[in-house]
Amino acid sequence: MPDIGFLAPYDFSPLTILSFALVLAGYGFALLRMAPDQRPGSVRIVAFVVGVLLCYGVMQTRFDYYSQYMFFVHRGQHLILHHLGPFLIALSNPLPIFRFWHEKMSPTLRSWLRPVGWVYRILQQPVIAAVLFVGLIYFWLWPPIHFDAMLSRQLYWTMNWSMLLDGLLFWWLMFDPRSPVLTSALGYGKRILILAAVAIPQMILGAWIVFSRGMVYDVYEVCGRAWPMAPETDQLLGGLLTWIPPAMMSVIGILLILRRAMHEDGRIVKPSRLAGENL
Amino acid sequence: MTKRLLPLILTVSVLALTGCFGNDEQWHGKDISGLMPELEFELVGAGGQTVTPEDSAGDIRLLYFGFTSCPDVCPTTLTDLRKAVNQLPADYRDDITTLFVSVDPQRDTPERLGSYASFFGDHVVGLTAAEPELRELTKRYRTTFGYDEPDADGNYNVSHSSAVYVFDRSGNARLLLRPGLTTQQVSEDLAQLLSEA
Repeated sequence: MPDIGFLAPYDFSPLTILSFALVLAGYGFALLRMAPDQRPGSVRIVAFVVGVLLCYGVMQTRFDYYSQYMFFVHRGQHLILHHLGPFLIALSNPLPIFRFWHEKMSPTLRSWLRPVGWVYRILQQPVIAAVLFVGLIYFWLWPPIHFDAMLSRQLYWTMNWSMLLDGLLFWWLMFDPRSPVLTSALGYGKRILILAAVAIPQMILGAWIVFSRGMVYDVYEVCGRAWPMAPETDQLLGGLLTWIPPAMMSVIGILLILRRAMHEDGRIVKPSRLAGENL
Repeated sequence: MTKRLLPLILTVSVLALTGCFGNDEQWHGKDISGLMPELEFELVGAGGQTVTPEDSAGDIRLLYFGFTSCPDVCPTTLTDLRKAVNQLPADYRDDITTLFVSVDPQRDTPERLGSYASFFGDHVVGLTAAEPELRELTKRYRTTFGYDEPDADGNYNVSHSSAVYVFDRSGNARLLLRPGLTTQQVSEDLAQLLSEA
């Protein structure tokens, strides 16, 4: 019999469950109500749902237990929250869904949400986005901070949510489907540059963890591991997960953007009379 | 203008964030004030009676998870704690209670726990509970335990936290004593905590 207990949250967080439920319900509702020609295709829908469910799975199932008591599982959790999950969500291009809800919003709500827009625009400045993306990884993996984050329930949730939200912002900036020729979306060259730039510090950090002789993250030692595993093995696997897959995600991201750039090359010509409006 | 302000905002927020983790007092152990919830449990004592933090209210409590068949870590930790307590001025020694919580209720009966705990001093209390309750308690203090496969004789190893949680007289989580501290350092930390009003 399959163990259904695995699907139950280890650390039940009503706010997390509510957020994920709202996102999926909002997405589903918009899909059903929007004009058929706007509706994303099945591959995009699957990519979105898989991305959301992956993030939910590492936060609200037994996986979370192992993430708290094994360093390498924790690195796997962040790989999903900061990379793979948001990567799939951004790639699924949920823009039509955003548009649908934006049109539904009352003018009052829109004006209330304006500060969110300002923060969003600040965070999406290329330099800030790149520094934030790498900075958060370094911040939460800075040994004293990491120790505290694993000891305090509140900090632990702050860490995981900050990784997820920043992952969404970053990969959305990278995969924004709007053409940089026609809109103010970030140019493809800059996107590629950022993806390459963020890969390097992640590789350095991962390699440093892998080649560290001593225990860098002794919190797992102190708090007991989920199952008996040599601390060195745990640290080595965690280091590898910090080093290789994120670098690969950058490479895949670069390839996808290059493909799009080559595809659009010469096909989209900036209509001069609209230029002023769209910038 | 916004562009020039941005690095400033960023620096200030990073400073503000790191400021949260600064501490004024100097401890050898890890300061966990505010990181963990206060002391709360309902466990079974050596006589089979229910034990709560109320039974040692007003004392400094040292919480340690282990098991009596533990080959080295548990006896060493408990011995070191006893040495550290014995280095304190005589008036203080009675104000410290060590709570030894066995995470191996299968083998550690209340009687067995009682004789084991008393071996390490008068103020060492052996406690345990059924596994689900122990899971709840260890989760509260963000630690865990696990069992190895039993060998031919039925003996098995238990993975558990190697740190000692220190709670002050009011039951607030204050320090985490990681392995590697000398008894002198532990003693100094306890004295500092005891001298608090």
